[in-house]
Amino acid sequence: MDFKQNYFEIFQMLASYQVDTDLLADRYRELQLSVHPDKFADASDQEKRLSVQWATQVNAAYITLKEPLKRAIYMLEMSNTNIEHNPTLDPMFLMEQIELREALEDIEASGDAGLTQLDQYRADVNKVFENLQRDFDAQINDSIIEAEQTVYKMQFVHKLLAEANQLEERLLDY
Amino acid sequence: MALLQITEPGQAIDPHQRKRAAGIDLGTTNSLIASRREGGVATLPDESGVHLLPSVVRYLADKSVVVGTDALAAAKTDPTNTILSVKRLMGRGTEDISRLGTSLPYNFQTSDSGMPLLEVVSGVVSPVETSASILHALAQRATETLGGELDGVVITVPAYFDEAQRQATKDAAKLANLNVLRLLSEPTAAAVAYGLDTGVEGVVAVYDLGGGTFDISLLRLNKGVFEVMATGGDSALGGDDFDRALAEWIVAASGHDRDLSQTQQRTLMIESRRIKEALSTQQQAPVVIESEDLSFKGVITAAEFNELAAPLIQKSIKACRRAVRDAGVKLPDIHSVVLVGGSTRVPSVVAAVAEFFGTQPMSDIDPDRVVAIGAALQADALVGNKSDEEMLLLDVLPLSLGLETMGGLAEKVIDRNTTIPVSRAQEFTTYKDGQTAMLIHVVQGERELVDDCRSLARFELRGIPPMVAGAAKIGVVFQVDADGLLSVSATEMSTGVQAHVEVKPSYGLSEIEVTNMLKASFSHAKEDVTARMISEARVDAVRVLDAVTNALRIDGEALLSAAEITTLENELKQLEHVLDEKDAALITAQTATLAKASDDFAARRMDASVRSALAGHSIDEIEKE
Repeated sequence: MDFKQNYFEIFQMLASYQVDTDLLADRYRELQLSVHPDKFADASDQEKRLSVQWATQVNAAYITLKEPLKRAIYMLEMSNTNIEHNPTLDPMFLMEQIELREALEDIEASGDAGLTQLDQYRADVNKVFENLQRDFDAQINDSIIEAEQTVYKMQFVHKLLAEANQLEERLLDY
Repeated sequence: MALLQITEPGQAIDPHQRKRAAGIDLGTTNSLIASRREGGVATLPDESGVHLLPSVVRYLADKSVVVGTDALAAAKTDPTNTILSVKRLMGRGTEDISRLGTSLPYNFQTSDSGMPLLEVVSGVVSPVETSASILHALAQRATETLGGELDGVVITVPAYFDEAQRQATKDAAKLANLNVLRLLSEPTAAAVAYGLDTGVEGVVAVYDLGGGTFDISLLRLNKGVFEVMATGGDSALGGDDFDRALAEWIVAASGHDRDLSQTQQRTLMIESRRIKEALSTQQQAPVVIESEDLSFKGVITAAEFNELAAPLIQKSIKACRRAVRDAGVKLPDIHSVVLVGGSTRVPSVVAAVAEFFGTQPMSDIDPDRVVAIGAALQADALVGNKSDEEMLLLDVLPLSLGLETMGGLAEKVIDRNTTIPVSRAQEFTTYKDGQTAMLIHVVQGERELVDDCRSLARFELRGIPPMVAGAAKIGVVFQVDADGLLSVSATEMSTGVQAHVEVKPSYGLSEIEVTNMLKASFSHAKEDVTARMISEARVDAVRVLDAVTNALRIDGEALLSAAEITTLENELKQLEHVLDEKDAALITAQTATLAKASDDFAARRMDASVRSALAGHSIDEIEKE
């Protein structure tokens, strides 16, 4: 097994932030059809071991390339940039984040009506996230430093979306 | 160690020999077994032509055990010795039982490992043993129909079953002397049946409401690949709860305000089920209860029943909403909705599902049989029988896995709905200065607090060099294989000291308890340990012989030199030569030698297979697009 292959190479795709997700899904299925442990039910232990390793690696590669934030972080790593745990962020962006967070608290306070508001809220926050993806795509080939800053913003917004989902679970009373 | 049935060595090497495989739907109310044979897949009937086996086990004073229809017939008259819906007790601790409602007319005891035990006339039995009796009855049916012992089975479990419930199911299969190829999620099994039988493609939602459990799964079906996108549900919500709500309605309507006897409880539950079934086709049903001092005559309308069922159905719809969100799809992206489980015959369930998904759900394949049929298809593929259509299941982890951190919080390491096999690493550090050991507590569940999650395993990493708090780096790796089996290892980075555990959850049976039951159980009473070891060594040897022989036939000339082929062929002959020896160690040693000799060949085959999977694609091709 060639662990030196990067995730794009595993799927024989160009290393670009813009990924054709349908093509990615097709190639993922083609690869799993040839490496998945279920296809090696009769095989030797060595083949089974290799198959588990491959299937695990293909799953990891697929999830990373499929999800926009994971893909961005991975592309930074490919450029030898590891992200920090406590980055300094643009004050303007932080102000916007505080406002969005307060909006979420208001939704929580409004009880049952909150569920419909939450759908709109998520759509709005998703737009912010999509804009950041566009920024990243423009920056990754020109300025790693800017791209890195964009990833920190994406992490913030991603976390906010996760909190919106948790709020939905609370409102639905899970 | 798997307890495999083996065929004669010479026979097994013949690649044209079809193996006997079956799919088992071990249900709360009814169970089924299905198998793929010439001409298709079908559920197997008993000698009187009945396919459904009631999941009911009755224990008699003479220590005999009755399973199925005859046991069910005694349910009212002999409630404490007749066990119904045992699936709801599988993998549960005694304290979980109280959450399941009060109307369980059994006499409970608690085992040393905290498992509930049932007191019956012939002694004390565990839910695992009761399930094993059901499995044994089904397997016997298959053995008679298929003309020989089963080589392997796939048993279905609710998608939402946690590790403890899955382990309990595996233990039951072990007691019934079955070789479990895989535990398969019930909704996934149903999707396989629909995908291969009706050719459904795209995103499919499977709504599975059984007797005691509810599952919702979303899958993407594409050219024989079944990709589970998200799964959710409630492992304590099902038709039984509808019956219970009806029973409470009847008791309230009768004005009876004293405690109910076990006979009365059982009578109420059975009558309630009958009334529920009547209301699936009628607008009203008569209610007549005469049991000891409980007496009621009246009528219940479908509208009244719907009102009782509504909160339960809404609970299932909430789970649907979450699963759709987890799958990252929107409702209009869902091409079809499939109904599974007997409880989907309730008209208000169908209406609620249609309303939520905005499409009329399908029930083309019998909702009672579809799960067993799907399981049989998967069993046939996993046992190694070749078939025309390509098929692969990509399953997910149903519940998040994590670790306990300071303050009793659960830190998720692998999120629910992650495709398996998966491996994930996370770094942790020490809390106190000079801390030299760390307790790794593995938990399963979605909640923030460890106390609200299911505890799976605890182990210690010792020998951490003393450092200031927060300086040590402990790498923890979670690995889940394609069977959903979890192993966890922890490594201190600077010294490399390591601790490792294969997770076998608590609340299942301890290894000793299983061994003791095996010793006591019907099929193993006379079996000698040595004979068992030899037979296991042979099974393993034959598997490796088969694998290498087949690999040589297919890829030998392409991937190996003439000298390499000769070496492998010699090792094959050596192993065939010792196969009939009554010496487990010798067979095992020669098997290992052959396996080692073929390691490099296996690696080359895997690389060739990956290369050919994406052959024809190149990076240039995408540039042109």
